[in-house]
Amino acid sequence: MGERLEEYSMKILVCIKQVPDMESKFKVAADGAWYDTSELAWRMNEYDEYAVEQAVQLREKEKDAELTVLTIGGDKAIEPLKKALAMGCDRAVHVVDNESFKKEPYQIAGIIAEFAKDKGFDIVFTGMQSQDRGSAQVGILVAEMLGIPSISTIVGFAYAGGAIEVKRELEGGVKAKVSAKLPALVTCQLGLNTPRYPTLPNIMKAKKKPLDTLAVADLLKVDARQSTEKMFFPEKKGGGMILEGDVPALVDKLIAILKEKTSVLK
Amino acid sequence: MKLLLVAEYRDGKALATSNELAAFAEKMGAESVMMMVGNEASLPGYAGTLYLADVAACGEYNPEVHKQLVLDVVGKENPDMIVFSHSSYGWDLAPRVACALKAAQISEVIAVEGGKLVMPACNAKLRRTIACSTAKTVVTLQAGAFSPAAPITAAPQVEKISTSATGKVEFGGYEAAPKTGVDLTKAEIIVSAGRGVGKPENVAVIAALAEALGGEYGASRPVVDNGWADHNRQVGTTGQTVSPKMYVACGISGAVQHLAGMKKSEFIVAINTDKDAPIGEVADVLVVADLMQFVPALTEKVKAL
Repeated sequence: MGERLEEYSMKILVCIKQVPDMESKFKVAADGAWYDTSELAWRMNEYDEYAVEQAVQLREKEKDAELTVLTIGGDKAIEPLKKALAMGCDRAVHVVDNESFKKEPYQIAGIIAEFAKDKGFDIVFTGMQSQDRGSAQVGILVAEMLGIPSISTIVGFAYAGGAIEVKRELEGGVKAKVSAKLPALVTCQLGLNTPRYPTLPNIMKAKKKPLDTLAVADLLKVDARQSTEKMFFPEKKGGGMILEGDVPALVDKLIAILKEKTSVLK
Repeated sequence: MKLLLVAEYRDGKALATSNELAAFAEKMGAESVMMMVGNEASLPGYAGTLYLADVAACGEYNPEVHKQLVLDVVGKENPDMIVFSHSSYGWDLAPRVACALKAAQISEVIAVEGGKLVMPACNAKLRRTIACSTAKTVVTLQAGAFSPAAPITAAPQVEKISTSATGKVEFGGYEAAPKTGVDLTKAEIIVSAGRGVGKPENVAVIAALAEALGGEYGASRPVVDNGWADHNRQVGTTGQTVSPKMYVACGISGAVQHLAGMKKSEFIVAINTDKDAPIGEVADVLVVADLMQFVPALTEKVKAL
């Protein structure tokens, strides 16, 4: 991955995304091709919180390591960057792009790879997918573009002597043990660790950490391969009953339904 | 249209999800060929050509090698679409293949509507249709979204393939799922706690309802990840798949992975403050209420019956 900087023994990159809180009330945007981005609460993509935590844990163990956190997004995307700095990242890179939500996974991966290609990162952490797009592509694409090995969906991580040993989560609770030499990229699954809450002193310290701003036009060198034509709500399955009202009345209604339709109440 | 279906093999067995790939090909009205890295001792049911690479030589998890094998078959067959399951195998391999083929990838396809592929967005609260501008498309299919009327029993015509490609990672074997103290698959009633319970001590409130009903309590992934319940209580793709007489989902929004583990339950009650939560799609009854008020009240009533 190009020339490495001499002053650090290990260079770590973690990539994060700002997404709407999934509990938000979503509306389809006027153009019908995405969700309306106004009036939503925003947060760091949940998978990325595990990626940041794992990167910070590695950075704390390795002397002379440097941990960079990168995001692509509009002005408000600075909030999750600040959180990542307060969690323990050393520096932040904000690729400013007010249209980032329209970019498909290949373009996002292209931007990250273009940024990373000459920086000599030893290890890259990403979430296994974003909560809004859910494509599960970006991390692996970045690794393919950089020509380094990647391992997806990790729920266990260890580093020693220039190599990583991870556990991939498979279906049914089974895990696969996989190892690779650095440089490498891993995509992080929920449950990998326990993401820390930034403490007040660390939030204060984070304000003094370097935060670089880059223009997306300088990093976007690939064309889109797909676009969202239409976004819509799934049709509600018929038959489902919705009960609303006071708690005591709701309890009685539910019990009456269970007595009528099931044999579970003896 | 021609599809290449990439079947899976794990721990000595071809996975039945190959049926879903074939069902998708049928839905698309497309001809297809299948490939698998596996062994002749366990072949998928499939009426057509199966390109088979030897798992002993290629490894069960060796993405670089498997990618090359897929690319080789693409070179021979020139398919329009390369189709995987959206599984730990498929979502890991598909982007590598897409990158090499300069193809767009559509992930977790849930339906075909008017010839367009539909995928979920925002934790399944929304759906979207995709337009691709590339010659070939790579697709992963949501588990259970496509299934044949009956399991396919035809024997495929096997054509052996191999590669000299080498891997960049080393597979060190499997770690079995932790032994479960609770077998949720045997419970007739399951009451599950989701993220909506808010804090660890509230899981006991859910467990109390389960006990009053004479059932077991389960949990969704976030509750287990937070350490509020043991992994052996987890319902969903990476936990247990259950089909009790009644399933009560408490504060569970209904992520696809959770739905896959419980949607075959005979009767589903969801208790949630969010009327639009995707759990409503599978629920027979959705109670819109605050959990910590409703559940204790229900428990008291059930006990008094």
